[in-house]
Amino acid sequence: MKNIAELEAQFQAKVDAEIKIEPKEWMPEKYRKTLIRQISQHAHSEVVGMLPEGNWISRAPSLRRKVALLAKIQDEAGHGLYLYSAAETLGIERDELVQQLLDGTAKYSSIFNYPSLTWADIGAIGWLVDGAAIMNQVMLTRTSYGPYARAMVRICKEESFHQRQGYEILLTLCRGSEEQKAMAQDALNRWWWPSLMMFGPRDADSPHTAQSMKWKIKRKTNDELRQQFVDVTVPQADFLGITVPDPDLKWNEETNHYEFGEINWDEFWNVVKGNGPCNRQRLEARQAAYDKGAWVREAATAFAEKRAAVAV
Amino acid sequence: MRQSLLTYTLSLGDNSMILGQRLGEWCGHGPILEVDMALTNISLDLFGQARSYMQYAAEVEGKDRTEDDMAFLRDAREFRNVLLVEQDNGDFAHTIVRQFFFDAYHQLFLKALCESADERLSAIAQKSLKEVNYHLRFSSEWTIRLGDGTEESHQRMQAAVEALWPYTGELCTSTALDIEMADLGIGVDVAELKAAYDQRIAEVLKEATLTIPESGWQQTGGKEGKHTEQLGFILTELQWMQRAYPGQKW
Repeated sequence: MKNIAELEAQFQAKVDAEIKIEPKEWMPEKYRKTLIRQISQHAHSEVVGMLPEGNWISRAPSLRRKVALLAKIQDEAGHGLYLYSAAETLGIERDELVQQLLDGTAKYSSIFNYPSLTWADIGAIGWLVDGAAIMNQVMLTRTSYGPYARAMVRICKEESFHQRQGYEILLTLCRGSEEQKAMAQDALNRWWWPSLMMFGPRDADSPHTAQSMKWKIKRKTNDELRQQFVDVTVPQADFLGITVPDPDLKWNEETNHYEFGEINWDEFWNVVKGNGPCNRQRLEARQAAYDKGAWVREAATAFAEKRAAVAV
Repeated sequence: MRQSLLTYTLSLGDNSMILGQRLGEWCGHGPILEVDMALTNISLDLFGQARSYMQYAAEVEGKDRTEDDMAFLRDAREFRNVLLVEQDNGDFAHTIVRQFFFDAYHQLFLKALCESADERLSAIAQKSLKEVNYHLRFSSEWTIRLGDGTEESHQRMQAAVEALWPYTGELCTSTALDIEMADLGIGVDVAELKAAYDQRIAEVLKEATLTIPESGWQQTGGKEGKHTEQLGFILTELQWMQRAYPGQKW
């Protein structure tokens, strides 16, 4: 029997050779745990992320926008499903993952702890929040774990559609009345910094990064992805004719990158710890859906058992 | 005739839109993620149908108005949807029973409307029927599953059947407009659907071990613009943006 050190060396050799790791293969326990944490966090983010947008289904300003918003949120639910399935390939049940969300041991993206206050927020969420998510997800299409990488390929296609749709909502506002343009600017003001926070702590404060890079779960660091996002997004804001709320933002000719101001890390850690504007409401909504659905799930199980008994 | 066709077309759009709006309230709050997606999917289909009807209504009216004017700028008394679709979601049992009661009617209605002499209505009916066949399968299956599930689910379903039964009579009660449209070969005399409807309901409720209430008083009025108090609140949310920011493009 091979010892752990040999197995680990073989595993790392495979990762280094860009061979995907598949569910039944040997993997270090910490690799498995890291993936469960990351994939389930991602799945929970999709599901909790339905709430701030779902807020606006009943009030969407036109039938066309309403249909697009419903379809978008339905896609997010679908992403949640693929990701829970990808996590299940690592030997954990969806039910257990949902319990971890509800009891607070699993996290979801902090961005969804901010409120969606106006219709322009639906545009901003598509443009900025999905835009930031895509930076991360495009990288993850090349992640070392096969089922996760494959789930990401499909998710990325839909997310980039959502991002264009969000941008188009804002473009319509920015080409509209003064009131509409002000609505768009206000949304950018409120969503810009939380979007930059989506990439997580600075590399120096990110304890998991080095190991995740070595295992090729991640291929770019938080700061690299954040810079890439700023570089892509600022010209898009310029095209809309609205202003990124950062007085320190400037183009650096030498580095070919934008320089930007310091993120409010105090706010970041507070929202992570549960003190964001909507942390409590989001979890309460998930808990309420879970509790109110309990009798439905029980009945479905009971019915399936009855029918199975008749079939025998 | 043009006014009648306009009102008739709008009434079909109103049924789909108001039920779609109700189902949209579930998005993100469903009992199981798969069910959440299914309800959203049905909502999407219904809004798609509503758009087809309202675009056609705007053309029939001929006053250069749009689907959105039809949806967002009419007041409650001008809505012609049946009372059933505006009833609130309640628990999941109420939502499923409301859906089943409507889908069973909707399928029969659309099958008949496919034969309409009005080509647009016939085309909308043909497209919608494919969707509604799936809706009915979903709501029938869940009616049976929950009716014959646990004691609690059975009780909840029976309570929902009792609460919503008084709103089923209106579905197959023909108004003067229904008869006028049927006589022109455009619309459907829904009274003629009643036997098939009753049979469908009886079959599924029987398999679900649920009891049809003693036929008592049936509420009507929605098809003539006399609604329950719920509709005003639905429209308040549905129409808010268009009312608050008149004349703007979104």
